[in-house]
Amino acid sequence: MSSKTVRVLIGKVGLDGHDRGAKVIARALRDAGMEVIYTGLRQTPEKIVEAAMQEDVQVVGISILSGAHMQLIPPVVELLRENEAGDILVIAGGVIPDEEIPYLKEAGVAEVFTPGTPVSEIVSFIKNRFGMEENSQV
Amino acid sequence: MFDPQKLSRLKEEKKEWDKKVQKTLEKRPERKDDFTLDTGIEVERLYTPLDLENWDYLKKLGFPGEYPFTRGIQPTMYRGRLWTMRQYAGFGAAEETNQRFRYLLEQGQTGLSAAFDLPTQIGYDSDHPMARGEVGKVGVAVDSLKDMEILMDQIPLDKVSTSMTINAPAAILLAMYLAVAEKQGIPWSKLNGTIQNDILKEYVARGTYIYPPRESMRLVVDTFAFARENIPQWNTISISGYHIREAGSTAAQEIAFTLANGVAYVQAALDAGLKVDEFAPRLSFFFNAHVNFLEEIAKFRAARRIWARIMKERFGAENPRSMMLRFHTQTAGCSLTAQQPEVNVVRVAFQALSAVLGGTQSLHTNSRDEALALPSEEAALLALRTQQVIGYETGVTDAVDPLGGSYYLEELTDRLEEQIEEYLERIDNMGGAIAAIEKGYVQKQIQESAYRYQKDIEREEKIVVGVNRFVSEEEPPMDLLKVDPSVAERQVERLKETRHNREQRKVSETLQNLRSAARGEDNLIPPILEAVKAYATMGEICGVLREVFGEYHSDVLL
Repeated sequence: MSSKTVRVLIGKVGLDGHDRGAKVIARALRDAGMEVIYTGLRQTPEKIVEAAMQEDVQVVGISILSGAHMQLIPPVVELLRENEAGDILVIAGGVIPDEEIPYLKEAGVAEVFTPGTPVSEIVSFIKNRFGMEENSQV
Repeated sequence: MFDPQKLSRLKEEKKEWDKKVQKTLEKRPERKDDFTLDTGIEVERLYTPLDLENWDYLKKLGFPGEYPFTRGIQPTMYRGRLWTMRQYAGFGAAEETNQRFRYLLEQGQTGLSAAFDLPTQIGYDSDHPMARGEVGKVGVAVDSLKDMEILMDQIPLDKVSTSMTINAPAAILLAMYLAVAEKQGIPWSKLNGTIQNDILKEYVARGTYIYPPRESMRLVVDTFAFARENIPQWNTISISGYHIREAGSTAAQEIAFTLANGVAYVQAALDAGLKVDEFAPRLSFFFNAHVNFLEEIAKFRAARRIWARIMKERFGAENPRSMMLRFHTQTAGCSLTAQQPEVNVVRVAFQALSAVLGGTQSLHTNSRDEALALPSEEAALLALRTQQVIGYETGVTDAVDPLGGSYYLEELTDRLEEQIEEYLERIDNMGGAIAAIEKGYVQKQIQESAYRYQKDIEREEKIVVGVNRFVSEEEPPMDLLKVDPSVAERQVERLKETRHNREQRKVSETLQNLRSAARGEDNLIPPILEAVKAYATMGEICGVLREVFGEYHSDVLL
């Protein structure tokens, strides 16, 4: 497992144009040795899933700051499952209130990263899941 | 500036002092090896008249209200009148936002600033599939003139100035506002306000573009031309560095990329046959007040000086108003922390103070809860009170540009100016802002700075109180604003009702007229106004323009 490079799709669902976080994380994951695809803005859950299947990724990271996360993140997980890709790890980041995190986790999101999270924590989270060595730092 | 004899004496004495300092350093080193700003400018230990040896006061600063306006655009600045206190607000349906507007005005706010939800900003009706989950979330939903009527209900449009954060569909929202004024019986000539209308920064930082850049520029220039004739007091654009900075740029990049966009707008208007002094006095700007207090003050002053020079020397403006960089400021949203959110009140106060010391014309102070949600009423009030304390208690408003002449500040202003000029030259050499955006240069520069900033935080070279140092156990979360989940349903219901009750023939006719105008070369504002008055919806009007202009899809650059 550790010999294979982890492929990650970073996706922006919803309409907000704030992708500073998405791009910084994409860069950091790449610098940590992962292969990263960034979808660009304004993706629907359908488009995210389509890209995830096409690109054959193991991780989908959803970034959203518009407040539409409750409506737009769970469908990503559902659609992955419908497409027999339920093993893809889904993580999320953005302005997401604490009390809504349990709901997202119940829906199948593996982890939710809120403002102020060090990027290194996200890198470690993925590396641990895929048994990658903890060596390079951000 | 200084007596040469005294300067050479100072030089000697300074050398002596430096020697003493070296000895001190051997015993007690400084906290860091170097004190470098994000822009790469190295900050010296001490600034003295020696740093300003060949500095020409009249050329660099002059007098307030006079070229090059470094010290401010009005001769008396805040002694005459304080800045406009303008808190950005909007959420839910028009009723909720109308209520918040009226509350803020009752609390002494002096101008309105409307936030629109994302479907409105991207030209989708509330029942469009892309609007899923987004209706009323980050601003108020406006589908048609009906919503604007409710939004401005009982607000005297001749007495307030209204700023609208709207870009790709700016002309449509402006048309709605004009239609409401007409219904209130207020002549357009009395209207005061601003549409952001700055499409270029959407491609590099904010993301709510619809059409491709060159087609979008036509709409911008059409609003300039229309406003010149019909709404002479209206600010037709707010050329914004705010979002460029939020996306991660440095202070110098914020100003450089914004002024480069400004140059592109001026050039586009000139190319369309407008005369510079006819539209340039109505251009306004919008900047960020970030965390480095003195760098920000220097930044605002440098921006004024450079813009004045560009307008005078490059574009041959003769009216001093064309050379004045008037700007709105918002404190840095990206500097707010979800951790220990009360501390944000302090951050906002310092940032706001830098905007005031930098000579801003209007100001939005962020609320302490904005890293977590939209501002609650209580948090928004505290943010407004922060401005009132600066304006009425601190005394910084008593003298014009009170920090002018500080050796450090003047040196910093000059250094930032040099950096900004370098970027401007590079962009000019690429063929201007539009070409630089199309090449991805601007986006790349911003991304690089954002990544560097994040790495500095992770390496603790940059300290964020409560995030990477002075971390404490989380206190219980505060009361956050929740947008009523029924808003979307109510909004869609009203939209359907509006569609049902209007005169359909009139709608198709006005949309057809708009389509023909878009294919030709006529100014698009009059046909947009006709469609708006017929209660054509946002989605329908933008739909026609999407059909003619096409849609922009950004290249994904990493």
